[in-house]
Amino acid sequence: MKLELHAEWTKLRTLAGTCWALAAIAVLTVAFGAAAGAATTCASARCNHDAVKLALTGVQVSQAAVAVLAVLAITGEYGTGMIRATFTAMPRRSAVLAAKAAVLAGLTLVAAVVGVLGSVLAARLILPGRGFTPEHGYPLLSLADGPVLRAAAGSALYLTLIALLCLGVATAVRDSAAAVGVVLGLLYLFPILIRAISDPGWQRLLVRISPMNAGLAIQATTNLDLQPIGPWAGLGVLTAWAVAALACGGLLLRLRDA
Amino acid sequence: MTGLLRAEWTKFRTVRGWVLGMVLAALIIVLLGVFTAANNYSSCEGPDGDDCPAVPLGPDGSAVNDRFSFAHQVLDGDGEVTVRVASLTGTITYPPPDHDKIVPGVVPWAKAGIMIKESVRQGSAYAAMMVTGGHGTRLQHNFDGDAAGSPGASWLRLTRAGDTITGAESADGVRWTTVGTVRLAGLPPIVRVGLFAASPCDLTVTQGDLGGTIGKCRLARAVAAFDHVSLAGNPWTHDDVGAMRGAPALSQGAFRESGDTFTVSGSGDIGPYGLEGGQPVERTLSGAYTGLIVVIVVAVMFITAEYRRGMIRTTLLASPRRGRVLVAKALVLGAVTFVTALIAALVAVPLCRRILRGNGNYLLPVSTATELRVVLGTAALLAVAAVLALAVGALFRRSAAAVITAITVIVLPHVLATASVLPVELSQWLLRLTPAAGFAIQQSVPEYPQVTGHYVPQMGYYPLPPWGGFGVLCGYAALALGLAVVQLRRRDA
Repeated sequence: MKLELHAEWTKLRTLAGTCWALAAIAVLTVAFGAAAGAATTCASARCNHDAVKLALTGVQVSQAAVAVLAVLAITGEYGTGMIRATFTAMPRRSAVLAAKAAVLAGLTLVAAVVGVLGSVLAARLILPGRGFTPEHGYPLLSLADGPVLRAAAGSALYLTLIALLCLGVATAVRDSAAAVGVVLGLLYLFPILIRAISDPGWQRLLVRISPMNAGLAIQATTNLDLQPIGPWAGLGVLTAWAVAALACGGLLLRLRDA
Repeated sequence: MTGLLRAEWTKFRTVRGWVLGMVLAALIIVLLGVFTAANNYSSCEGPDGDDCPAVPLGPDGSAVNDRFSFAHQVLDGDGEVTVRVASLTGTITYPPPDHDKIVPGVVPWAKAGIMIKESVRQGSAYAAMMVTGGHGTRLQHNFDGDAAGSPGASWLRLTRAGDTITGAESADGVRWTTVGTVRLAGLPPIVRVGLFAASPCDLTVTQGDLGGTIGKCRLARAVAAFDHVSLAGNPWTHDDVGAMRGAPALSQGAFRESGDTFTVSGSGDIGPYGLEGGQPVERTLSGAYTGLIVVIVVAVMFITAEYRRGMIRTTLLASPRRGRVLVAKALVLGAVTFVTALIAALVAVPLCRRILRGNGNYLLPVSTATELRVVLGTAALLAVAAVLALAVGALFRRSAAAVITAITVIVLPHVLATASVLPVELSQWLLRLTPAAGFAIQQSVPEYPQVTGHYVPQMGYYPLPPWGGFGVLCGYAALALGLAVVQLRRRDA
C-alpha cells in the first residue's frame, strides 16, 4: 500500500493542473464567501441570517474546482493510456483506487482547510461592518465557538467528501466530460427540484437524500430544530454517497478491462 | 460551407454517445417536468368548499386582481365626473417591527378616486383617476395601464367621449392638467361611474429560517373621504367588488354619505395578478436546467473529442479555413440542440399542464406570443448555451475543465441565486452579469411597478427583461466563439 500511495502522490503532485485546482479551491471559497458577506446587511436584531453559513457560502462554488481535481485524477490516466502502465506496475486495482482516494482526500482537505480558515477570517473582517454586531446578536465569529467550529470543520470535510464522490463517479464513467456532467448534475439537480415543487413532504425527503443539500446542513448554526436533517446526519448522507460511488467505481475497475 | 456543415453533422450523428446524450437531455426535460408537476398541489379551504375561487380575467384575457369597494351610479353616454379627495387614511394589520398590533397607516399603493367601469363584474374594462398612498395621482386602466400624475393633486376628473376616457388632475380645482387619455375598446354606451377605494396588503419581507427570503402580506384597508362630488344628488349603489364570504371584517368595504362628504373604505387591489398562487407556464419547463447540464457535456465533447483523438488535424487538413470549421460546428450543434429542446418542450408543456391542473393548481393564463417566447426561448436558450460550451471547449481543449467552466458560469449562478442563502441583491447581480441571465427568457409574468410584490429570483422574477437576459447569454456565446476562432487560427492543432 505504501508503494501505491507513493506512486499516486507522485502522479498527482506532478500534474500541471493539480496546483491550479488546489489554489482555485482555496481562492474561490474565500472570495465568494467574502462577496456574499459584503453583499448582506443585518439591519436589526431580528435579521435572522445565519452568519456562519453566509461566511462559508463559497464552498458551493469551490466544489466545482474540487470536481475538476478529482475527476482529472483518474480520467487523465484513461485519456493518456497511463492507466495500463499503472495497473501493470500495481496489479491490485482496489489498492490503486484506495491510494488515489487517500492522496486526493489529503490534498483536498488541505486546500479546503485553507479556504475555510480564510473565509472565517474574511468574515471576521467584513461582517461586523455589515451590521453583524454583538448588539444584533452576532458575536465575532470564532472557531472556539462549538457550532462555528463544527460548521468550519464540516465544510472542509464536505469538500473532501465531494472529492471522493467525484473520484468514484469518474472511475465508473472513465470519461472526464461525462464524469463532470454526472457529478454536477447530481449536486445541482436536487436544489433545483426542491425549489420547483411545492409538496413539503417531498421537499424534506429530497433535502435528506441530496448530497449537496444534506451535506451542507453541517454549515447550519441557527434554527437547527427546523432543518430537515441534522448537521452530522447530513454529512453522513454525503459520506454514504461518496462510499457508494467509490464502491461502484472500485467494482467496475476490477471487472472491466482497463 | 455546405460541405463543412454536412461533415460536422455526419460527425455528430455517428457518435452514439452524443446522440444518446441529446435524447437523454430531452427525456430529462420531460421527466423532471412531470415530476415537478406531479408534486405541486393546490387547494383552498374556505366556506365554499375546497375549490379555489376563480381568478377573474381582464379584457385581454390575462389574470387580474379586481377587488375594491365601489360606490357607483349609471353613466349613460358621454359625460364627466369631478371630485376632490379630501383625505386618504387607512389601517394596517400587524406591521413590523413587532407584528403585534393594528395601526393607522396607508400603504404606498393604497388607492382611492373615481372610476368609469363597464360593469361591476370582476375583470370588466375600466379607467380610473386616483390618489395613492405614496405614488401621487395616477391614471390607471384595464389592469396593467398606469400613467403617473403629480404628487400633490387632490382634485380628479374623468371625461368619457365615446370609448376614450381622459383623466385630469388639479391642485386647486381651477387649473386642470391632463394626465392621459386611454381607449377602452368596445365600451358599451351605459357604464358605471363612481367612487372607489382599495388597498393592497402590506408586504413585509423577512429572512427565512432556512435561508432565502419570505414575503408576507398583511391585510390593509384604505378609507377615502370625497367632497365636491359632481355626481351628488343621484342615487348611489355600493358594491364590494370581489368580496369573499367569511373574510375578516376589516377587509370588507363600506360606503357612507353625510352631507356633501362621501366616505368609501375598502381593501384589495385592482391590477395584474402576478405569480401568487398560480402556476406560470415556465414551471412546466423546470427540467431545462438539468437537461442543460447534459447538453453542455455533449457540446464540449463535440470539440474536445477531436483533440483527444487527433481528428482535429484531419479536419483542419480537409478544410484549412479554421474559423469556418468552428462556425460550422456551432451551427450544427446549435440546430441539433434547438430541435431537441423544442421537441422536449412541446411534449412537456401540455403534459405538465394537464398534471398541474389535475392537482388543483391554477394555471396562469398566458398570451400566445408569450407562450411561444417561453417555449421557443427555452429551446434557443439551450442552443446558445451549447454554443457557449462548445466555444469554451475549443478554448480549453480539455473536456473536464471546459465542462466545469461552462456549468459553473451557466447553471451554477442560477442555482445559487434561487436556492441558497445569498442575499437578494447578490442573487440579482448574478442573474444580470453571468450567462445565467439567459434564463430570464422563461419568465412569463412580468414585474409590475404599480403592484407591490416580492420580486426576487427565488420567486421566479429575473432582474433583466426576457430578451435582455437572453441577449447577455448571446453576448457571452458570441464573445467566446470569437475568442475560440482567434485561438484556433493562432495555435497549432
